[in-house]
Amino acid sequence: MAVLTFVEVADAKVKKASLEAAAYGSKIAETNGVESIAVVLGEAGIEELASLGKVGVNRVLHASDARFNTFDSKAFAKAVSEAAQKVNASIVVLSFNQNGKLLGPRLAVRLGAGYVPGASEVPVTENGTLKVKKNVFSGKASAIYEVTTPIKVIALSPNSYPVAKKEAVASVEAFIPTLSDNDFSVRFISVEKVQGSIPLTEADIVVSGGRGLKGPENWWMIEDLAKEMGAATACSRAVADVDWRPHHEHVGQTGITVRPNLYIAVGISGAIQHLAGVNQSKVIVVINNDPEAPFFKAADYGIVGDAFEVMPKLIEEYRKFKAAH
Amino acid sequence: MKVLVPIAKVPDTTSKISFVENNTKFNTDGVTFIMNPTDEWYALTRAIELKETGKATEVIVMSVGGADYEPIIRKALAIGADRAVRVDAEPVDAFFVATQIAEYVKNENIELVITGKETIDYNSFQVGGMVAELLDWPAFALVNKLELNGKTATVTREIEGGTETAEASLPLVICATKDLAQARIPNMKGIMSAKTKPLQVLPPKQVETRTRVISYALPEKSKQVKLVSPDNIAELIRLLHEEAKVI
Ligand SMILES: Cc1cc2nc3c(=O)[nH]c(=O)nc-3n(C[C@H](O)[C@H](O)[C@H](O)COP(=O)(O)OP(=O)(O)OC[C@H]3O[C@@H](n4cnc5c(N)ncnc54)[C@H](O)[C@@H]3O)c2cc1C
Ligand SMILES: Nc1ncnc2c1ncn2[C@@H]1O[C@H](COP(=O)(O)O)[C@@H](O)[C@H]1O
Repeated sequence: MAVLTFVEVADAKVKKASLEAAAYGSKIAETNGVESIAVVLGEAGIEELASLGKVGVNRVLHASDARFNTFDSKAFAKAVSEAAQKVNASIVVLSFNQNGKLLGPRLAVRLGAGYVPGASEVPVTENGTLKVKKNVFSGKASAIYEVTTPIKVIALSPNSYPVAKKEAVASVEAFIPTLSDNDFSVRFISVEKVQGSIPLTEADIVVSGGRGLKGPENWWMIEDLAKEMGAATACSRAVADVDWRPHHEHVGQTGITVRPNLYIAVGISGAIQHLAGVNQSKVIVVINNDPEAPFFKAADYGIVGDAFEVMPKLIEEYRKFKAAH
Repeated sequence: MKVLVPIAKVPDTTSKISFVENNTKFNTDGVTFIMNPTDEWYALTRAIELKETGKATEVIVMSVGGADYEPIIRKALAIGADRAVRVDAEPVDAFFVATQIAEYVKNENIELVITGKETIDYNSFQVGGMVAELLDWPAFALVNKLELNGKTATVTREIEGGTETAEASLPLVICATKDLAQARIPNMKGIMSAKTKPLQVLPPKQVETRTRVISYALPEKSKQVKLVSPDNIAELIRLLHEEAKVI
């Protein structure tokens, strides 16, 4: 018996979302008194892998094979299932991130497992039955999922499990899945990174603007504050629809879901579809000149005021704060 | 080349969410149901565009659900799907739904399945991946661009902080996200012709249930916003640092 976590490495580092998954998987392993094992596919540095010990991983199975350097859901599902069988895993954990959203359901089918996509808390296991909480209705409610299959697959929602580190190293061992070239079916072409910005789904702080900013020429307020805070920038759909901002920045029910520690909304009314993509943020700050704006009902802190006056002052004050801390 | 678009029925985006029977059932009272937005706006319309440009021969929409799915199925036909199939059963869990879809795909020699991203009710993002694994096909998720050149598909998909472009050969599963196509509104001609387009009803294949929801909960209480004066921004910074501890 073991808990196996699928961990992704990008640019020689364990992805933030995978680190959370590994910490979460280790917690489940600890509660059940079993080993926490991670599986990593593709080339990666041994030291980086051994550092997974810091979040509680005991052993790392590493398939150092260049064919895994780019994502192929079908080949990855085969390899991870093989690892799960090899270590006799009863629970397989992965992140509910971009790749996980495809790999999770594939693994579940391969392993004959029940699958919980987007878990937000540590599960409770009892007599082989697992219960775990997950957000539903775009964050407007939560549900307890019950899984009774012998093997369970859980995809952890990003930014929902805090990573605590201790001094420990994981042992790293080679893992050679029995895959032939025919098992690989995706030909990688290129990656286009959004230049110089922090990935929206990974950011701890998000500064977001809406139609209240009047036009794209005023976005320096959002960008300057984001830059000072090391934050990612986002926007409402209304703004992306009129091309003030690129569509990959639009958050909400039909856009990207974010759950940062801090979400700062400037000149956004707080329509229900917008809230659906941001209401799982830990702390929400709303800046709007209309005290009746619905967003204030979902906010922790608010400033009723004109963004054009508030934002320059906020940037200034944050600079002072940063200099003093 | 036949394209299948699985479509789900979900509560309208503005629905008030509440539960009944001791928080074990979603309260459908007064709730309007719609086609899952990404299914309608992106998956279905991209499939129709592929047919219009001669890359696909037929667009089939499929739902696993009761007769209450028929309005959304008719809407999909009105937007431009050629025909529809409904597996007459409650969609108990994603594995059940995916099994029905995979069965149909095998029987009909379908080569491309385009699902939506995730349904806006359970946000689970699993049917597409399960269908792909059941068929042992390659798949791409969060796809915002799809071009077909013969049997080769070139896709662009969302990744952390950017996009990735890659290629695979048909048969293939695609999970669509925003920008994959230009959403369309059904016109009068479409609505009229939808009434006569074929809608086949099939019995389900039995499979065991793997997951179920045992209870629901609403967020504890609505937040109480703390207002800070626009003339005292330093106070906001202090609160974020000392009280909320997020900076
Ligand atoms: C099916 C469906 C799906 C949708 N999905 C999404 C989605 O995923 N994401 C999304 O964001 N929207 C979505 N929408 C749209 C949503 O309903 C709203 O229309 C949209 O979010 C509004 O954007 P906004 O807040 O920027 O603009 P507005 O609603 O126009 O709000 C602008 C706000 O700025 C304030 N303001 C004006 N001037 C100033 C100033 N000088 N200083 C400070 N504040 C100022 C105003 O008081 C107002 O509150 C969806 C809609 C539908 C029907
Ligand atoms: N009951 C259903 N019938 C047909 N297709 C469905 C059904 N449920 C989900 N889907 C498809 O699967 C996608 C992902 O749904 P889900 O995995 O439930 O989040 C949807 O966008 C639809 O394309």
